[in-house]
Amino acid sequence: MMTRGKKWTFYILLMISAVVMFFPTFYAFMVSFMSSEEVMAGKLFPSELTLRNYQDAFDKLPLLHYLMNSFIVSISVTIGQLIVSSLAAYAFVFIQFKGRNALFFLFISTMMIPWEATMIPNFMTIQQFGWINRYFGLTIPFFAMAFGTFLLRQHFKTIPKELQEASQIAGLSRFQFFYKVVLPVSKTSLVTLGAYGFLTTWNMYLWPLLVTNNESVRTVQIGLKQLQAEEIATDWGVVMAGVIVVVIPTLVLLFAGQKQLQKGLTQGAIK
Amino acid sequence: MKKVELRNVCKSYDGPPQVVTNVNVTINPGEFFILVGPSGCGKSTILRMIAGLESITGGQLLIGDQVANSLMPSERNLSMVFQNYALYPHLTVKDNIVFGLHVKKVPKEERKRRCEEVAAMLGLSDYLNRKPRHLSGGQRQRVALARAIVNESPVCLMDEPLSNLDAKLRAHMRAEIRQIQRKLGITMIYVTHDQMEAMTMGDRIMVLNKGEVQQVGHPLDIYNHPANPFVATFIGSPPMNVVDATVAHNQIHIEGIKPIDIMDSQLANKEIIQVGIRPEHISFASKEIEDKRRNIVEVVNVEVLGNETVIAFKLGAGEWMAKWSGQWRVQIGDRIPLEISYDAISVFDKESNELIKSPKVSDLHVFEHEVI
Repeated sequence: MMTRGKKWTFYILLMISAVVMFFPTFYAFMVSFMSSEEVMAGKLFPSELTLRNYQDAFDKLPLLHYLMNSFIVSISVTIGQLIVSSLAAYAFVFIQFKGRNALFFLFISTMMIPWEATMIPNFMTIQQFGWINRYFGLTIPFFAMAFGTFLLRQHFKTIPKELQEASQIAGLSRFQFFYKVVLPVSKTSLVTLGAYGFLTTWNMYLWPLLVTNNESVRTVQIGLKQLQAEEIATDWGVVMAGVIVVVIPTLVLLFAGQKQLQKGLTQGAIK
Repeated sequence: MKKVELRNVCKSYDGPPQVVTNVNVTINPGEFFILVGPSGCGKSTILRMIAGLESITGGQLLIGDQVANSLMPSERNLSMVFQNYALYPHLTVKDNIVFGLHVKKVPKEERKRRCEEVAAMLGLSDYLNRKPRHLSGGQRQRVALARAIVNESPVCLMDEPLSNLDAKLRAHMRAEIRQIQRKLGITMIYVTHDQMEAMTMGDRIMVLNKGEVQQVGHPLDIYNHPANPFVATFIGSPPMNVVDATVAHNQIHIEGIKPIDIMDSQLANKEIIQVGIRPEHISFASKEIEDKRRNIVEVVNVEVLGNETVIAFKLGAGEWMAKWSGQWRVQIGDRIPLEISYDAISVFDKESNELIKSPKVSDLHVFEHEVI
């Protein structure tokens, strides 16, 4: 047990860190209600709560359209990653073939190559396919992910071999075993990977900037940048209003996912 | 119900050392057949070859009258219970039980009926909607059993199904599995390392060691006439005492005890032999017994089990065990008189390890039907 004094110190430190961590978010939220004059004056709280900045953000940009694009792209990438990674991980765990481990390590080693290094060849490929300004260009390059395969492989490896043998005797095909047993048993890891994939894609900036040059499939992160650069003096209130709108889905996902995750994590622990 | 036949079945993993060598056996329809042996003897490998989970590298496997060597596990029409039960953790007990039926596209009504029937038989009716993780070890065991018998497959394989249970529950499940097998008349092939399970459950036992069949037969035949010293020491608890001995002047000479007179001609032309004696066949030498048959030994350990007493004593270089019924208040260090008679011993050939003579003990209580 901690002594009373120690406990106080810990809690005070925790509170200070929480304030420091949360301040930028909080300040962004506050700025989103301020006029430019108030922002320049360096105020912490707005003098009045108006939604004018939000109004402006939606007026200046097709923000809803961008949000929609971001949703479509993020959800496609999430689903694509889940399908590709789980199938690859299944092969690496449940199917015996020569050179399986060597292939896996080769696969994993691609994690060491930074994404930016492969950007140019990827861009050329997408361009050749004529996928510039199309959802395909934004999503398909991210389907195969070494990290996802690795994460799921680790989970699949904890599934007892006997489950596979029992389903072989029951007459399940390989694919039936995959979707009737392996996937349901690995729900926790799939949710984790899904949340991770969604957030990464949602926050992606560089690639969407490269492969889109008009509004049709442009994602919301680039939209935010547009808000910032359109005028000579940036109206930070409007930018922050946009930021808050963009952050909301992420937060929703985090809260929903967290609950799911906690449920999944504690499932096996309690007998 | 189907028979299962193994003809010269061998198994090796890419290389000459064979894990299973030349297994020949016919398991009759409806028989409870037990594969028993120490760990690493190949018993699970044989079972897994029958199931189709391991390939057969030599010989033939027949299920029914069909050669099954290259059939898929699902085509062999059998069910299997695993040591760790292999229940699907995400499915309820009910779904676990009908899982195989679902795959085989048995109609829904039929599935429900069979599931309820089996659940009632195994006392699982109240747990049908629970997940396996909410069940105790014994209940999980029952679910695994239910899943195996609900298929109504003619052959059922079990791989040490009771080894994760505590002793009391194990004894109970032993009886239960035996009863269910009798009731359904399935051909059961059961793997265990526990000679007690083998003795109590099997119609016939196959004793294995280092991938080779040592003996196949009825449990009591194996107990009374073990084919070699390995079987003799493996079956029975405490194990049979086995020592090297020599034959001279129509007597058996064992280090540490007085020579035993040979009463018949079975040991003619033998010089070096192995002598085995079951702990319960060593008898206490009362005062009336002539001195040349009394051996005084020193007690090193005593275990009183309520209705019987296991006494360990030093003899020659080794330690022997005797098991007597009743409660013997013997202390460690006591010197007690014993008698080892010719009728009580088994004799094995030293070179071929074959059984030459099995015991003829009058107090081996054999009760036939006529007595009752």
